[in-house]
Amino acid sequence: MKLVKNAAGRLVPTEVNGLQQVPFRGVNKYKPTGNKAKPPIRTCIDYPTDGNKVVKDLKTALKKAGLKDGMTISTHHHLRNGDVVTNILFDVVKEMGIKNIRWFPSASFPVHSHLIKYLEDGTIHHIEGSMNGPLGKFTTEGKMKGVGVLRSHGGRYQSIQDGEVHIDIAVIAAPTADPFGNATGDRGKSACGLIGFALADSEYADKVIVVTDNLVPFPCVPWQIQGNNVDYVVEVETLGDPAKIVSGTTEVTKSPDRLLIAEYVAQFLDESGIMKDGFSFQAGAGGTTLAFAVYLKERMKKKNVKARFIRGGSTKYLVQMLEEGLTDYILDGQTFDLEGVRSMRENAGHVNTSPFTSYNFHGKGNFASMVDAAVLGATEVDVNFNANVVTHSDGYLLHGIGGWQNCLFSKCTILAIPTFRDRIPVIVDEVTTICGPGELIDVIATERGLCINPKRKDLLKAMKNSSIPIIDIKELKKEIDAICGGAPAKPKVNKAKVVAIVKWVDGTVLDSVFEIKNV
Amino acid sequence: MAKNINKAISGKRGDSVRSDCYFEIELTNSGGIKLDIKSKVQSMYGESIKEMILGMSKFFGLKNAKILCEDNGALPLVLAARFELAVKRLLPDLKKEYLLPIIKQNLYSTKKDQLRRSRLYLPGNEPKFFVNAGLHSPDGIILDLEDSVSPSEKDAAQLLVRNALRSVDFYNSERMVRINQLPKGLDDLKFIIPHNVNVILVPKCESAEQIHLLEKEVDRLKKRYKVQNPIYFMPIIESALGVIKAYEIATASNNICSLAIGLEDYTADIGTQRTNEGRESIFARQMLINAAKAAGIQAIDTVFSDVSDMEALRQSVIEAKSLGFEGKGCIHPRQIQVVHEAFAPTVEEIEKAKKIVFAFEEAEKKGLGVVSLGSKMIDPPVVKRAIRTIDLAILNNLLDKNWRE
Repeated sequence: MKLVKNAAGRLVPTEVNGLQQVPFRGVNKYKPTGNKAKPPIRTCIDYPTDGNKVVKDLKTALKKAGLKDGMTISTHHHLRNGDVVTNILFDVVKEMGIKNIRWFPSASFPVHSHLIKYLEDGTIHHIEGSMNGPLGKFTTEGKMKGVGVLRSHGGRYQSIQDGEVHIDIAVIAAPTADPFGNATGDRGKSACGLIGFALADSEYADKVIVVTDNLVPFPCVPWQIQGNNVDYVVEVETLGDPAKIVSGTTEVTKSPDRLLIAEYVAQFLDESGIMKDGFSFQAGAGGTTLAFAVYLKERMKKKNVKARFIRGGSTKYLVQMLEEGLTDYILDGQTFDLEGVRSMRENAGHVNTSPFTSYNFHGKGNFASMVDAAVLGATEVDVNFNANVVTHSDGYLLHGIGGWQNCLFSKCTILAIPTFRDRIPVIVDEVTTICGPGELIDVIATERGLCINPKRKDLLKAMKNSSIPIIDIKELKKEIDAICGGAPAKPKVNKAKVVAIVKWVDGTVLDSVFEIKNV
Repeated sequence: MAKNINKAISGKRGDSVRSDCYFEIELTNSGGIKLDIKSKVQSMYGESIKEMILGMSKFFGLKNAKILCEDNGALPLVLAARFELAVKRLLPDLKKEYLLPIIKQNLYSTKKDQLRRSRLYLPGNEPKFFVNAGLHSPDGIILDLEDSVSPSEKDAAQLLVRNALRSVDFYNSERMVRINQLPKGLDDLKFIIPHNVNVILVPKCESAEQIHLLEKEVDRLKKRYKVQNPIYFMPIIESALGVIKAYEIATASNNICSLAIGLEDYTADIGTQRTNEGRESIFARQMLINAAKAAGIQAIDTVFSDVSDMEALRQSVIEAKSLGFEGKGCIHPRQIQVVHEAFAPTVEEIEKAKKIVFAFEEAEKKGLGVVSLGSKMIDPPVVKRAIRTIDLAILNNLLDKNWRE
């Protein structure tokens, strides 16, 4: 495999799974030209006039859709760790004797370790999506036939739109749908909130199959997915385990150190002047970021400040802010708890979004760059503010990128992270895998204080008199190394074998994940 | 003395263990050191763990042994303490101590009238809480050797606390250790006195003799290890007898900086239940405050144990402050800020203190021996109190450092 050094100084392959690749050229340095991908012309006369597209089962749907060896099947992660549809789907694919599928999920979860046997027996050739937990271990140990491709939510949309990924069959699990194929995620026994991750697939795939456990008579309202894009509808007993699809209730962290980080982030937003009337922020559903929202809310109330919009991952904490009038809107990307789902159903100010509106590289702009502050996590950050979210310091793939890369384009990007986990430093010389270039990362918020990117002189000035310690990131690294007993050794990898690549939001290759040696 | 022991274990094992480790050492007759390391941080620190264990084996003179290490991300100070423990359980007569370098950040001393609003209790055998405790800015951090440590692990906690005193950054919090009840607690002293402890908490204190006993041993060890920094005592009164003897205890040594009350044991001792209102302990608390003030030292309140109810904590501190207490015990870092806020002076108190300090400075400038504010004379203790109020106000960001301008 031929490797070249890209603009981030990383060795990346020029060809992956038989496709030519463009190495990363720098932030905002690559603009593909030409026309977007386009689905074939369809004609309504080929579809049932009574609008009933229901077929007997998934196998029938796949047969009718013309499933063949080597095709690309896409699925979506809104059912999270409660998903059984994807696992059943590949049981059927295996039963049909089909081989070498490219699986194109918007993300994977530990529940999908069921698919390892299909990766082993050649039913699935490789994964383009996230490789979490057991799938990450499998991939990193060099056991997958093809090379994994990791993309952000925005990057996934981009790859579909510029033709890099052509989806043959999209399978969309829908908590509620009608026989025509209109579908929504905000109701039904498996309600998950929204299913915006499937939007691109519904528009661009050759064949679209909706799978539901709550089939209602036409019309299914709202139609988050339009039936006009759907070929077949399959009714099943269950989409999965509701308790693992959304949590009954999300909770803030109890860790005193994480709470301290959350408090520092809220204080930073306040003291830097970002928190002012009409501002906006994005906060995820991790324990630390949830706590941040709670602390920020206290400060907003105290100063009588109101946000214009909050970007979710929505949770009950954001819903409370909406209902108490502390924000005009929640622009929701995915819903994490039952309160979020309820609010989305009932509150016109709780708006559902998709990777197209929020993150898409080939749109005429997107929401991500309009957000005043984004609070995110990371597995590692280096002294140049480059950050990693997909591998751990032992070299193993463990997480997907999600919307993380896309959110880096906010006006102020804050990574809220502990300085070390057990004995593992989070602040390092050089990240194991680079997922976000340091020039886009403004603040590292830790339990030891804030590191502000030197290029943000404005923020450094604004925080000069803060009670939060402002630390040089190199000094912080020294302190952490002293605590942990020296800098950690780098994982021993096989530089001749790339097991996965990390794409940047524009489709170029930002970094490679190498096979771990001696396992 | 124990003979024929050829195998010892130490530390913690299992999937739920974090930031700790487990050792098994079995002495053998030949074959050198056989090392088996299973570490969660193998690829990052496997080599460094191996080096440390081999180095320590050499230090302790282990020549032939089978050593098993199951590590769940323990920091070096923890690995060292656990390994030393296994060695010493195997060879109880071994006198050598494996001391990590004392970090320079920790070489500070404190004052007798140091602010002691909050003191955070950390179980002495739970290393995962040590390293970041100081970041939450308690006035004092207590490494506990007493009630939070099971009787069978006292030796483990002694080594861990010793290592922590040397290599954990306390970030300027006062470095405190709660020893075991006297006289057993005397055995703890050699693990803390040479390692720059600032305050020793003396549990279940009931007499001046106990303090004398403690002081004698502390002095002996200070001399032996050439310790220069002052070491203060904070007796904890936790019984009916202790309450009655409060003044005797408070004046038993010049090194006593504060008297603290422990209400869990006290209420049990007088045969009642602890309530939120605290009517059952009002005598004890007032007695203790009075004894402390008569002795010219601080009166420190008990811990607040409901970590989920911050409002009740705040009310409890406000009540303690109104009685005359100057500090409160914390069992969770999130309590610290609430305690500091509740002990902070009110706007009226700050304004009054400013006037007093101005009047004092004015009188000094004019060379007047007597300070007066309006028609009132102001005594030196009032001035001292006012200065303390100003300091507290600045600490709590209620007053600018340059408030005179």
